[in-house]
Order: sequence, then C-alpha cells, then structure tokens
Amino acid sequence: MSHPLFEAFSPAAGGRLQIMDDEGRVIHPEWMPALADEQAVEALRRMLYVRTADAMAVSYQRQGRMYTYPPNYGQEAISVAVGMVMRDEDWLAPAYRELGAWLAKGARMKDIFLYFGGHERGCHLPEAKNMLPWAVPIASQLLHAAGIGYALKYQGKPGAAFTFFGEGGTSQGDFHEALNFAGVWRAPVVFVCQNNQYAISCHLSKQTAAPSIAVKALGYGIAGIQVDGNDFFAVYAAAAAAAEHARGGNGPVLLEAVTYRLGAHTTSDDPGRYRSAEEEALWAEREPVKRLRAHLADRGLWRAEDEEALVAQFRKDIDAQFLAQENEPYPLEDVFVHHYAEMPDDLKHQMVAYQKFENWKESHR
Amino acid sequence: MSTQVMTLVQAVNHALDLKLAEDPAIVVYGEDVGLEGGVFRATEGLQARHGEARVFDSPLAESGIMGTAVGMAAAGLRPVVEIQFCGFLYPAFNQLVCHVARMRNRTRGKYPMRLVVRFPYGGNIRALEQHSESPEALLAHTPGLKVVIPSTPYDAKGLLIAAIESDDPVIFMEPKRIYRAVKQEVPLQKYTLPIGKAKVLAEGTDITVVTYGANVRETQKALALAKKDGISAELIDLRTIYPVDRATIAASVRKTGRFLAVTEGPATCGVAAELVTIVNEEAFLNLAAPPARLAGFDTAPPYARGEHFYFHSPERIHYELKKVVDY
Repeated sequence: MSHPLFEAFSPAAGGRLQIMDDEGRVIHPEWMPALADEQAVEALRRMLYVRTADAMAVSYQRQGRMYTYPPNYGQEAISVAVGMVMRDEDWLAPAYRELGAWLAKGARMKDIFLYFGGHERGCHLPEAKNMLPWAVPIASQLLHAAGIGYALKYQGKPGAAFTFFGEGGTSQGDFHEALNFAGVWRAPVVFVCQNNQYAISCHLSKQTAAPSIAVKALGYGIAGIQVDGNDFFAVYAAAAAAAEHARGGNGPVLLEAVTYRLGAHTTSDDPGRYRSAEEEALWAEREPVKRLRAHLADRGLWRAEDEEALVAQFRKDIDAQFLAQENEPYPLEDVFVHHYAEMPDDLKHQMVAYQKFENWKESHR
Repeated sequence: MSTQVMTLVQAVNHALDLKLAEDPAIVVYGEDVGLEGGVFRATEGLQARHGEARVFDSPLAESGIMGTAVGMAAAGLRPVVEIQFCGFLYPAFNQLVCHVARMRNRTRGKYPMRLVVRFPYGGNIRALEQHSESPEALLAHTPGLKVVIPSTPYDAKGLLIAAIESDDPVIFMEPKRIYRAVKQEVPLQKYTLPIGKAKVLAEGTDITVVTYGANVRETQKALALAKKDGISAELIDLRTIYPVDRATIAASVRKTGRFLAVTEGPATCGVAAELVTIVNEEAFLNLAAPPARLAGFDTAPPYARGEHFYFHSPERIHYELKKVVDY
C-alpha cells in the first residue's frame, strides 16, 4: 500500500512536491498537511531557533571559542519538518547538518557545542532519545539506520529509523548498500537526502548522471519522492507520509529534499571559490524561513514585531548553553576509560606513564 | 640553479605540476581536487594548466577513487589520487589491500600498479573526528605497498616525484600539521630522492632518535632541550616507512648504543615497535639501554580539547629521551 503522495509524485515521472511558492502562498492546497495553527507556528519558531543557534555557532568559531562547524543556513525547513514528524520511539542516525532533527530528538545545544567544540562528552547526548552520535565519514550512517530498521522490525517495536545525508553521500557505496539492505528487509527506514547541490566545491552535476536522487529509489524497489526542501509544508507532508509508510510495514522511503546551502560547507570553507554571488542571491530569495514567515503572517499567525523579542530570548538561551560547556573539564582519564568495558593493562600503563611525565614536568618548572 | 621558497603543500603542488607537464599518462583526481584545487590547495591551479581530462573532481566515494585507479593503472595511465583526509581512507581499504597492493603479484608482473595515493594525515590541528589519524602502520603492514612520509618541502618534492615514477604503488602521506609551517628554498628543476632511504639530520653520540613527518620538528626541539642536559643525540628522519632503511638505523645505533623511536599512531603493533625490533636484530650487542618507543596511546586520537594529552610535545620527547640515556 503506497501513500497517494508517492503515486502522485513518482520519481520516474520527475515530479517534485511543492505546496507553497517562494512568497509563501499555498499553490497546492490538496497536499497541505493537516497541521494545527500552533504546529505551523511551532515550525517557524524551531526554524528561527536553528538559524539563530547556527549563526551563533559560526560566530563562536570565528571568535576562536569553538572548532570546525558545518552551518545549516538555508536548509532549516528539512531538519525541522522531519524533527516534527519523528516520535520518541523513532531513531535518528544523523550526519552533521540537520540541527533541527537533533534538537527534536532531545539533543541540547550544550551537547552540540561540546561536540563541535572538541569534546567527546558531546556524543553522550544524555537527554536524547534513540539518537546515534554524528557521523563524519560520509554516508556511513545510512547502514546503521538500515540495521536499526531491521532490529525494530525483528523486535516488533513501533517506530522507524530516520537518517540524513547530502547528495554527495549518494556516491558512496554505503548509500547503495543501505538502500538495498533496507529494501530487501522491507525495514522501516526513512532516508532523508538534503540535496543542497554542493559537496564542498563539487556540484551535483559531477556527482551523478541521474535526473534526480529520488529516482534512485526505483533501483532498490522502494518508495521515493522529491520535494522542495525550502518549503516546510512539502517536507513535512512527505516526511509524514514516509513515516506512515515505513511504520506501516511497507519498507523504506528515499526522500530527496532539494535545497541550497546558503552558508559554507564548514567554517573552513570559502564558497566564493566555486559558486557565484548571483546563484547565491537567487537561492536566498527562496530560503525557507522567509517563505514560512510570509505564509504565517498572511494567515495572521505571525507578527514581525514579536520576532525580535523571540530571537533575543533564543540568543540568551543558546549563549547560556554555550557558556555551560565552555569550561567543561577534560581530565586525562577521558582519553582512556571509555575505549573498553574494562581497561586493558597496556592502556593503564600508558595512562600512568603519561601521568608520570606530567608530574616530572611540574617538578621541573 | 633557480629556487623558490615553498611550503610543504606548495612543494607537493609543484611536483604534481612538473610531472603533469612531463608525462601525459599522469592523471590527478579526488574529491574537490579540480575546480577547488583541493581542500588544502595541494592541486590548486593544476586543472587550469593541464585540463579537466587530467585533473578532475571525482564523485564523493573513496572506494570508487581507489578502484578506478586500479583500472587506469592496468590500462597504462599513472593515476595520482587524493584521499581528502586520512580518516576517509578506510572505505577504500578493500580496493587498496585486495587490488592495489596485490595486482603485480597476482598477475606475475603483467599489471604493475604504477599509482600514487596521496593524503594529509596526522593530528594536533583541532580538527573534526576522523581528521587526525596516523594510519601508516596499517599501510606498511600491507604487502605490496610502499609508504613514504616527507617532513620538509624539499623532501616532499623529491619524494613525490620519485613516488610518481615508481613502478610500485606508493602511499604518500602528507603531514598536514606542517603543510604551511615551514618554508624552504626548493630547486625549480626536477629532482628525485630515493624511496627507502632515511636521512641523518643531526649527528650525535649518546642516543639515536628516529622519527618522521611532523614529529621531526617536535623532536628537533626536544634535542635542543636535551643538549642543555649535555646529551648528544643523533636524529634520523625515516622518510620511508616501507621499505625501511635498516642500514642507516643499524649504523647509528651501533655507534650510540641507545635508541628511541618517536611516532604518532597507536603504540601496539605500530611503526615504532618495528623500529625497536630492527634495533634488536641489528645492534643488540651494542645496546647500553633497552631500545624505547614514544608512540600514541592505544586510543582514538582525542577530540580537540584532549589533543594535548595525545600528541607529543618537545617536553615529552625530551623526557623519554632522558629516560633512555639515564637508564
């Protein structure tokens, strides 16, 4: 039983789901998801939170208070929409550019700052439910999601596994293997591709000769759909349909959300080397916060004058969380004690030897 | 002879440029290698000078990069591929271990793998996860590969050209911590340095210290500290991990009677363990103290805030060196 959305927007026919135009006007009301007004407002609040936290992360990095960070700017609708679809029993196998989904799973900004601030404790995520730590090796996490999907099915548990990756990740063998495994197992997995059109400097056209990412679903015998990734409602509708499909025992879904990375790949990257200001300006016009804001304002659900106070409140919260982790201790033991259930003797000796050196250094100051 | 002041990464770029101009069989590719010129700019300007057919961006897939290089080498090209970071090498391991390293042997020499795999390696640069490892032991442990690690711009150029001209596959590991740390006069004309030959950087009488890559600089600083203690240390830059220059190490330890290896990867089954074995085999009766190693912990390289524990400071090298001398 396939969801009607997947029938109507078959990737074989090259369809792309769009509900809202660039000005926030609903152009396809027939696909509008059934969201209460408060939920639609909540979506914009979350997108603004992500945008604020993201900009602050870049600024902390620029101040030398944090290390390399991959910005979400321009892609906020995707992770927020998927985050609102995910339930506690669902799992998330993240990449590194879907802040809204981490927060929805219960990751705190404090943890996120710890991780990107160079501390392993960030991966502990004590309050997050069913969320793996970040995966830097591209597309490796897709196979984890397939395995989680198998486990959920085997254990008869409700829920699905969600995983994120970019269009560049679809070139990796792990992408193929994960979609194939999940397809064979009919495992409840939602593969969310944030097609932001650039893998660092490399344009989509150098990544694949296929007409879309979504069309690759056909080769694995699974459902696939392409949506406008800067249209919150389109992403939400497709993610909700994908979750229903997966949780209902119909197998995995490949959801391609077409977007544009308005920021750099990471704080170490300079996009001016590989793309034009004109192109960036074009996509800035289509950015997701602006579109949802215009839509909600039109419905009388959002007042521009309230936004400033809201963002100020966000900034306060985010800064407090940043400060809460900035002086997190990093004792020598942290390097050693978590590698094995019980520390092997050799490892203990290495730790002791280092401590002896530190003591010697102290006594020779 | 005209020279130019270069950093290590510029010397890599210059060597690639020279070889691309000289030999049409050479192709250079990898992630962000073409238009961007590599995330560390090692291939900057090469696509513009040599064309897109010879210097290009590959799709984002390390196994794909390595496997296609096998095919290209079999068909007569000389691919020089880049893996963007050492930690992204692992998806390519199947192709590297099963095919790159073995094709010559399997085909009894019919299809030698004349290819070079370059990548930045090593840590202490406050990078993200999987951007800091030193996997040279894994590579040196793979029969069929040669493993080269330069420590200066001059060596980088001479060794990379030798690697490209080698009839065997060469893993060329670039210490990214010192990509831009040192500048040196590098001759503009072509030259090569022999693969498999270490270099004595400082002569001494009390102890032999062998290291390579970015740790050469830290060790030189440690030697300056040791000198104040009246210790005369001989410093050897290994330059090639495999095949290792056994003769240079042996001659030195027979003279000094003491030995310390300084490496960055995990200690267990690491390169330092191999060097200590060589010392035992070649100079056992000359030893005044047990040959020692200072390697990484048997842990993952810690994230940025814990890096100072893992990566060797000159003080730590000095301390270990003194322990051997004071034994």
